[in-house]
Amino acid sequence: MTLSRRAFLTRSALIGCSLAASPLVTPVTFAAAPGDNRLVVIILRGAMDGLAMAQPWGDPAWKALRGAALPDADGGPLDLDGRFALHPSMAGLMPLWQAKELSVVHAVSTPYRDKRSHFDGQDLLEAGVADLASGARRDGWLNRMLQHYPGIGTQTAWAIGSDPLAVLRGAAPVARWAPEADLALSPQAIRLAELVMQDDPAFAAAMSEAFRIADGDGDALESALSPQEMGEMMGADMAAARGPGEARLAAFVAQQLRADARIAAFSITGWDTHARQDAPLGRALGRLSSAILTLRDELGPQAWQRTAVVAMTEFGRTVRFNGTGGTDHGTGGAMLMAGGALRGGRVVTDWPGLDEAALNDRRDLMPTRDLRAHVGWLMRGLFGLEAGVLEREVFPGVELGGDPRLLL
Amino acid sequence: MPAFDPTLAEIRFGCGLSPNIAPAQSVAAMLATLQGPDLAAARHPIEPFDTFRARIVRYNEQGRLRRDSRGTAAEKTALKAMRVMNKQARQAQMTWLGQSLARCVTTQAPFRERLSAFWADHFTAQGKAALMRRAVSPYVEEAIRPHLSGRFEDLLIAAVTHPVMVSYLDQRGSVGPNSPRGKKSGGGLNENLAREIMELHTLGVGGPYTQGDVRALAELLTGLTFNPQVGRVFRKDSAEPGPETVLGKDYGGDPARLTDIESALRDLARHPATARHLARKLAVHFVADMPDPALVQVIETALRDSGSDLSAGYAAMLAHPAAWNAAPGNVKRPFEFMASALRALAMPPESFVPLKEKRFREYIQYPLHLMGHSWERPVGPDGLSEDDSAWITPQGLAARLQWALSVPQILGGTLPDPREFLITALAGRATPAVQFAAQAAESRADGVGLILASPAFQRS
Repeated sequence: MTLSRRAFLTRSALIGCSLAASPLVTPVTFAAAPGDNRLVVIILRGAMDGLAMAQPWGDPAWKALRGAALPDADGGPLDLDGRFALHPSMAGLMPLWQAKELSVVHAVSTPYRDKRSHFDGQDLLEAGVADLASGARRDGWLNRMLQHYPGIGTQTAWAIGSDPLAVLRGAAPVARWAPEADLALSPQAIRLAELVMQDDPAFAAAMSEAFRIADGDGDALESALSPQEMGEMMGADMAAARGPGEARLAAFVAQQLRADARIAAFSITGWDTHARQDAPLGRALGRLSSAILTLRDELGPQAWQRTAVVAMTEFGRTVRFNGTGGTDHGTGGAMLMAGGALRGGRVVTDWPGLDEAALNDRRDLMPTRDLRAHVGWLMRGLFGLEAGVLEREVFPGVELGGDPRLLL
Repeated sequence: MPAFDPTLAEIRFGCGLSPNIAPAQSVAAMLATLQGPDLAAARHPIEPFDTFRARIVRYNEQGRLRRDSRGTAAEKTALKAMRVMNKQARQAQMTWLGQSLARCVTTQAPFRERLSAFWADHFTAQGKAALMRRAVSPYVEEAIRPHLSGRFEDLLIAAVTHPVMVSYLDQRGSVGPNSPRGKKSGGGLNENLAREIMELHTLGVGGPYTQGDVRALAELLTGLTFNPQVGRVFRKDSAEPGPETVLGKDYGGDPARLTDIESALRDLARHPATARHLARKLAVHFVADMPDPALVQVIETALRDSGSDLSAGYAAMLAHPAAWNAAPGNVKRPFEFMASALRALAMPPESFVPLKEKRFREYIQYPLHLMGHSWERPVGPDGLSEDDSAWITPQGLAARLQWALSVPQILGGTLPDPREFLITALAGRATPAVQFAAQAAESRADGVGLILASPAFQRS
């Protein structure tokens, strides 16, 4: 039996399938043109050692606690403001610091206390709530923010990578793509796949969007691979997704943000440094730096000027090294912010000090502010959200408090 | 009026069509497959939690050895032993995913596999620490699978008091504030399990309960915990003293007993709101995102009037014409999609279950993850989405297409002729577009893959 492709297209147009079920084929009305400001959220899974990233060398107790190298010594950290110094693996970010496009927010945490479980800590960080004793929420704070974002479309918010990113879970539409979900098909298979999908509008819409993204993500959609070679490609992609694929993720994020996207999230793992942490932590910090630098380079100067990047983690790590040269799960930690929209070049902190008595449980940096307040202020500045909406819906129970003036 | 159809039964309520397994020929025959011995489980075994528990005991012993021998060679030996045990559990978890697929491929009782997955998702749980994280399949094998067709209350009790659920929903740390242990340690109540029992497992989110009922059930649940040495335990010294009033009825008192918790769970299981919640969930899962209200109503009535007999609920669903609407229904979720593809290809389990871990992850676990289902790593206790739109995303569909075009050939060697495979996999559902693609494809792998990726195959 042979039928022309035109016949299929005509036929499929007659099929009355439920279009409303697919966000991709539901027309979106723009209540207002989306703003130009952009927010990138990077979730650092595993608990980043904020004290190693931005080292409080101005604190008299620091040297005895960590025996750390002095700033600007050979291989030592890089002085930021006379009180804090940046881990040497992040040297690539110093030009951003000098351009006032980089900030550290120190001695902050979520409201999570005492248990120090990654699992619960990340749930709380992404749900954006004060505690889990009454059960976790089903949605994430970034999605709740989107529900107040004026003129949201299907391409406004992106979850990038194969991480489920609970922070973006919820009722507002979120586009999703893992650059490692790579498609490589023969030209004939592409055409036939498009044809087959025409039987069902929801499938057809998702397929054409997938082909569009896959064709624009840097490596060609059309190829002539055998199934075995495709299998090898899938293996390589899986390995790439596990390994240092941050630059690839960041480049894809930047590509979307240059187009219709305004909000994006992805995650970086590798922070759970319980033993001999120098090398693994240096690598992880280097990957975070490379993600930020890739974002800046790929966004281009104009979009970068309207962008804020915030990297956050579930909790900090112990002030002292453990017996194996690593650090254990702690409480207070740090956030890193970057972007041309920032009033940067500052370490924003109400520093609690590192004296034994000042520590949380005599072991952890004492958080002096809820990190949700800073992120709330960031979103208020970028997207004009009302304080009441932030305090009641996006971050229920948070007190925004004074404006830390994070943005220009 | 549409009625039972053996082909549709396999596609919608089973694991898809198979070239060498005949479908059940009536609703009665389908229901009968739930009653006999669990042949699929016997053929493709998964370790029950009670066996898995021994792994935890051995792991904890090494953990103690390690702590007691800091700085000596014994510490290193213990650490190494723990790493080995971790790796073995991680590999076993992949083997059990393979066994779960194998059951779907070879079973003559496919409705049982679908129900097992449905209830495992309804009672989503994952252990939180170390080896417990790998114990999801053992939990399902022990707490869910034996109770698929009996009374809902037995399933509810087995699932929510199970060590894996107790770990997942923080019941382990919940202590009655006025219990001996609470007074000594200052520990307190955690409402997580109580809330999810009412919201997700029984009454449903719109159900007739208040915050006061959640708190009362949480107080009643205190004492329920687990100990790796014995499994589920009830610790009287953690139980909040006195009776608790849940939905207007008093439970328990002094001394606190596990049976009081079970009584409250039985009443919740038989509550009319629970029948309504479960009826809707079954209809949405098996039939359509927006099911015919009449279908939901007959399931609800059957569950309520039978004292939550699950088989009565299934029988009502399968007897209703709305269940047999011939138009393609829900989008298969990633596991169902993959399992039905392997079944249509009659893929021998030996070609995927024993794969080395790295290969298994490449061909099975990681593609599932890209399709949107991170196997045994739930995002929340409400489990996987029932909405078709959650699965037919650009990324999810790309992953399904790429998998369908490549992995069957890698696993299977010789693939069927696409023109024959059309009949095997789709029976009467092959549209002209799929027929055209099957014969126009450049290779068998492409032809077979396009049939598997077609909407007609991806919907049930």
